[in-house]
Amino acid sequence: MDRSSLQRQLANLKKSLFDQGNLDEQFYQLEELQDDASPNFVEEVVTLFFRDSSRLVANIEQAIEKCPRDYVSLDALVHQLKDSASSIGAAKMMKDCTVFREYCDKRNFEGCQTLCLRSFQKVKNEHSTLRQKLENYFQLLRQVGPAEKATRSGK
Amino acid sequence: MGNPLPSSRAAEAFPAGLRVLIVDDDPTWLKILEKMLRKCSYQGRLLFAPIICEGREGPFFFSVFPLCLFVLDRDFSVQLCTVAVRGGPCTGNLSDRLATDALHILREGKARFDIVISDVNMPDMDGFKLLEHVGLEMDLPVIMMSIDGETSRVMKGVQHGACDYLLKPVRMKELRNIWQHVYRKKMQELKEVETHSIDEVINILRNGSEDIEDRHLMDETEMSSMRKRKDIDNKEFGDQELNDPSTVKKARVVWSVDLHQKFVNAVDQIGFDKVGPKKILDLMNVPGLTRENVASHLQKYRLYLSRLQKQNGGTCGGNMQSDHINKTIKGKFGLKSSTNVQQDWELTKYACTTENFQTHGIVANAAHVSEMNRVAPAQVIASKKTLVNDAQLGLFLSFKGMLPSIREKACKPLHDETPVMQLMQYPEQENYSILEGYSCLANPDLDHEPCFDHFPSSQPLVTSATCTSGKDMKDLYEMKPLQPAMPPMACMIDSISARNAEKVRTSQCYTRD
Repeated sequence: MDRSSLQRQLANLKKSLFDQGNLDEQFYQLEELQDDASPNFVEEVVTLFFRDSSRLVANIEQAIEKCPRDYVSLDALVHQLKDSASSIGAAKMMKDCTVFREYCDKRNFEGCQTLCLRSFQKVKNEHSTLRQKLENYFQLLRQVGPAEKATRSGK
Repeated sequence: MGNPLPSSRAAEAFPAGLRVLIVDDDPTWLKILEKMLRKCSYQGRLLFAPIICEGREGPFFFSVFPLCLFVLDRDFSVQLCTVAVRGGPCTGNLSDRLATDALHILREGKARFDIVISDVNMPDMDGFKLLEHVGLEMDLPVIMMSIDGETSRVMKGVQHGACDYLLKPVRMKELRNIWQHVYRKKMQELKEVETHSIDEVINILRNGSEDIEDRHLMDETEMSSMRKRKDIDNKEFGDQELNDPSTVKKARVVWSVDLHQKFVNAVDQIGFDKVGPKKILDLMNVPGLTRENVASHLQKYRLYLSRLQKQNGGTCGGNMQSDHINKTIKGKFGLKSSTNVQQDWELTKYACTTENFQTHGIVANAAHVSEMNRVAPAQVIASKKTLVNDAQLGLFLSFKGMLPSIREKACKPLHDETPVMQLMQYPEQENYSILEGYSCLANPDLDHEPCFDHFPSSQPLVTSATCTSGKDMKDLYEMKPLQPAMPPMACMIDSISARNAEKVRTSQCYTRD
């Protein structure tokens, strides 16, 4: 693939991430933090995030399995995940977490458990989707070349 | 592509030597915050490479451990010392004891920090609890962070004494301003010193008056009105300085014994009735002292004298007062044994500590000195272990020298204010070990400049030591000038990069200030 089409692909991918609400402003902030001292900063942060958040997601899953009605600790775990998601600007994930937490808040209403589970599924799905998309993004980025800077307007 | 700040802006943005402790259980945020802080003061070299550690999933790149310390030294380069709180494979969180370890590091005191930024949600301890502890024990400004921006939470933070509450995602501009909190805190403490010097006089006299008939001497309202007046003085002072932090011109004057003695001499010379700030100022001939300083001090002095008047129940004359004071001292010494005094001291200290810090909350941001006033004098001395109280130290240390003389020559007619000032330091309190812990003294006679330099100074921020040349002080204490700028901690990194994440390493890290 030639460079310009790669670049176009990259731009499109990025645009879609923002348009579809997977990412928000915070991602731009990360890009601005990237500089000569840490040329792969964004990728590093994202990698770190996914490692950590996968663990968190697994914890939540475990918690739901073991004590599905322990909404207090569940809430705390989801809060942690949301906190983490905010670091890279994973907007959709954050929203899903909020919904999840709202259900946890309401606690023992009819069908609470199912709703909680369902909203957690959403969180989980978004997590893997985002992961996939960002992996593609960074792969493309690497292909396009180190000279290529990720900018807001895209290239 | 991010641009490093141009160096001049960096100099403005971050004063030299700001040491930030970040407590957060989210490794991603730590990495980001680290980067942001570096950017705030970016001007060149990074002293350490990031550290690789063993994680649950095998070795992976982890530029900071869950707990991380930033030291921005005087050259604005960042020294990064990472602390292995917990590193090896573990079932749960990497940062199970994050907050506890943070507290431990702070308590150990080997590494000094200027400010703590902490997340509200932490695995082992509520962020608010940590906040309280830090405020109580170390009296550092604490900034809370959270993704949760609910008003009730923010309110809680403020009530527990947080200087600020940042919402995640945190922005660069918010971080760039955190030095203001350190600055503000220092200003408050300087104010406190001045406030307390008068308060202690009042308290001592009040306590003394238990032995004398009229207990109503220290009228609450009178005292509070005097304080209010002082508050206004201080507040105006404070606001000006806060608004214009880069200027040093209106530095707070600490009325040390020497200075006050000059003042009283001048007053006596002029004649109490004809006295005026300008005349006093001229007579005193102290460089850097302004008319305003003298005026406010004169006001306090007058109030103090009128208290004594009432106590005497007679007309006020200079000599009469000193006689009376003599008697008071003698009486005080006689009636109170050393242990009693000590106990009173301790009791007041502990009784007031919690009170102060419970209500301390909202005080932090605004320059409200009124809250501070309710604190017992003892607290200022005993509980603060930071290096900040230069002026205060100067004040107390100079008193120690005076005390022995007062005891031996109790009959010698002492100058008006002097004996009272001495009473500020409870006579039998030999417990100066707290003070000995301080290794930084300031010359109280000079205008006390805020330690906060915006530009590279010869020494980094908190550790700036203007070692005093006061004669009495030299005799009393072995002065240990503070170690200058944070030396590169290269040696410590080696021990860290060894993989075992034993807690022992936390002590190793902080072998020096």
